[in-house]
Amino acid sequence: MHKWRKFEAVVIGGSSGAIDAIRTLVSHLPGEFPVPVICVLHLHPHSQNESMIQLLSGHGSLKVLEAEHRMQIKAGRMYLAPPNYHLLVEPGELTLSLNVDEKVNMSRPSIDVLFESAADAYGDRLIGIMLSGASHDGAAGLQRIKEQGGITIVQDPETAQAPIMPKAAMVAGRVDFVLPVAEIAELLLLKCPGGKKA
Amino acid sequence: MNNKELEQVEIEVLIDSIRRRYGFDFSNYSQASFKRRLQHYLKLKNINRISDLIPAMLHDPATFKTFLFNLSIPVTEMFRDPQAFQVVRQKVVPMLSTYPSIKIWHAGCASGEEVYALAIVLVEEGLYDRCQIYATDFNDQVLKMAEEGIYPTERIKEYTLNYQKAGGKRSLSDYYLSRYEAVIMNSALRKRIVFANHNLMGDASFGEMQLIVCRNVLIYFNQSLKEEVLQVFAESLAPRGYLWLGTKEDVGLPGLRNEFKTIDSRQKIFQKK
Repeated sequence: MHKWRKFEAVVIGGSSGAIDAIRTLVSHLPGEFPVPVICVLHLHPHSQNESMIQLLSGHGSLKVLEAEHRMQIKAGRMYLAPPNYHLLVEPGELTLSLNVDEKVNMSRPSIDVLFESAADAYGDRLIGIMLSGASHDGAAGLQRIKEQGGITIVQDPETAQAPIMPKAAMVAGRVDFVLPVAEIAELLLLKCPGGKKA
Repeated sequence: MNNKELEQVEIEVLIDSIRRRYGFDFSNYSQASFKRRLQHYLKLKNINRISDLIPAMLHDPATFKTFLFNLSIPVTEMFRDPQAFQVVRQKVVPMLSTYPSIKIWHAGCASGEEVYALAIVLVEEGLYDRCQIYATDFNDQVLKMAEEGIYPTERIKEYTLNYQKAGGKRSLSDYYLSRYEAVIMNSALRKRIVFANHNLMGDASFGEMQLIVCRNVLIYFNQSLKEEVLQVFAESLAPRGYLWLGTKEDVGLPGLRNEFKTIDSRQKIFQKK
């Protein structure tokens, strides 16, 4: 077990009720948060990310933007998957990648797709977070993160608007932490030191 | 060597075997997407290790065929990104309508949903009878599906919504016949479509087109293959011909900047200089 390691990315998945959770999380993270944050939220395929980006941008100093194909992944940024595309991490070059493969768990973007590709790309230098939601998407992906030696965190189902997704993640296998969102943020700051306080 | 590194070796040997045996070069594919599809295939066929796949792949062309089919089946949609279809109606159709005959290449048509969507737009804009559409894919099995034009009924609700948002002028149900679990597209829509095998990984250019549609295909390719394909497209377009790519395609490519001007940056529509 590593006593200390430098994490290279945080991946977050969520569905219904996750927007509030992400807002809280973002409000606790400084703009200089030293690792990139990559998110998949289930949205309607015709929805646009602009309003979501605005919503989140007002809540912290992290730069929030829509993930683009082949974008370099950078610290201090939060990337959101565009509706109707899967979001993946390309191993080696550590860029973001989009595809239009079939839906996974009836979802595109799918949390499993992001988590599994990120686990392959980052190995034990990855933190996976499962937030509120009413589906099972992400449970398998979180397990993959764990298998590769990363840290897995689940929003305490008691505090989630929709507890199905956090619970499914806990049923799928052992998770490292089950916490309310504000404490998840504190844990992130602890695990990823270096950024200035907001 | 850990499991992950070992798996990387297996993937590279597999890709090399396929390239040398069949000429398809998947080293030009987006790694993350390729790996995901590969894992999906292994699960489907109940195969444990990637390397277990290699002997059959080398000695049995039929295995390779099924593999290819499973690997290259991006489920397309009718009127995906409805706004893009609106922009095509507004910005591309007027220019196309000035030609006495219009040649269109739909590259990487997969199971064909989008070709039919395009045909519907052309019918509604009164251009269809002047058009010749070449719908190509490198996979014969999906081409056959495209040619048949039979799609599951469960998807129609979504397509209908897309169609309406895409500026559809009639009802989508005017264009297909319902048969229990499936719909079959009207044969009239197929009248001016030729389905043909063409491999973007290596085949040459393709006549003098007024429009090339290639949406969400390049997204799976690496930069060097993308550049090659764009070159093929540039060579296949008539002067001032249009290129229509997928909405999220990255367009920071020198080949695109040099040969094309942007007609709509959001919907990724370009015109050959």
